[in-house]
Amino acid sequence: MSKLHTVNKSPFEKSSLDACLQHVLDGASVLLLEDGVYGALRGSAAAESVERALASVKVYVLGEDLKARGFGEDRLINGISVVDYAGFVDLAAEADAVQAWL
Amino acid sequence: MKFAIQINEGPYQHQASDSAYHFTKAALAKGHEIFRVFFYHDGVNNASRLTTPPQDDRNVVERWAELAEQHDLDMVVCVAAAQRRGMVDDGEAKRNGKDATNIQSRFRISGLGQLVEAAIQADRLVVFGD
Repeated sequence: MSKLHTVNKSPFEKSSLDACLQHVLDGASVLLLEDGVYGALRGSAAAESVERALASVKVYVLGEDLKARGFGEDRLINGISVVDYAGFVDLAAEADAVQAWL
Repeated sequence: MKFAIQINEGPYQHQASDSAYHFTKAALAKGHEIFRVFFYHDGVNNASRLTTPPQDDRNVVERWAELAEQHDLDMVVCVAAAQRRGMVDDGEAKRNGKDATNIQSRFRISGLGQLVEAAIQADRLVVFGD
């Protein structure tokens, strides 16, 4: 069993994504939502740490929030999966706990 | 599965209340149970029945109230956070000598013990906030 971590702030606004990625255990899941979706974009200054994390954790992005900010799925870092709210519920149910990095 | 939801941010501030609402709705649609929605810190402002957003904008407070009505949700506002921010129901008005109330009737004011209980009773506690 593993945890679902949620990050809802941009890595260019807060350090919560970095803090999260430094603490996640192998096999955990990280969901980027709200302004957190900026952490899912390819080619940004924050992308490297996410790409590194992808070797040991699963990273998801909330599709609605990505779209609301004008980004298509073609802008995502390779290996990040898109979920909707129903998918978010599934991730929370599958994990043994949900940790919000606020 | 039983979910408990905690909201730490007011309406129209960023997006936490909206995210929590859509998560709750999606969980209910999947047949999960929502044990309780707990409004904490600035989240207590989601319970004001006096909000009047523009007509072309979502009405965060009414939307929560309607969802609660449809699914008989238990929506609890933290009393200490509410007192600090002037969120008042009949009981609080009487106790603290206030001349008005502003809590939407689907919400109820109670203590932090309700959050602890929700965390214990629910299978998952999902927190939304700043």
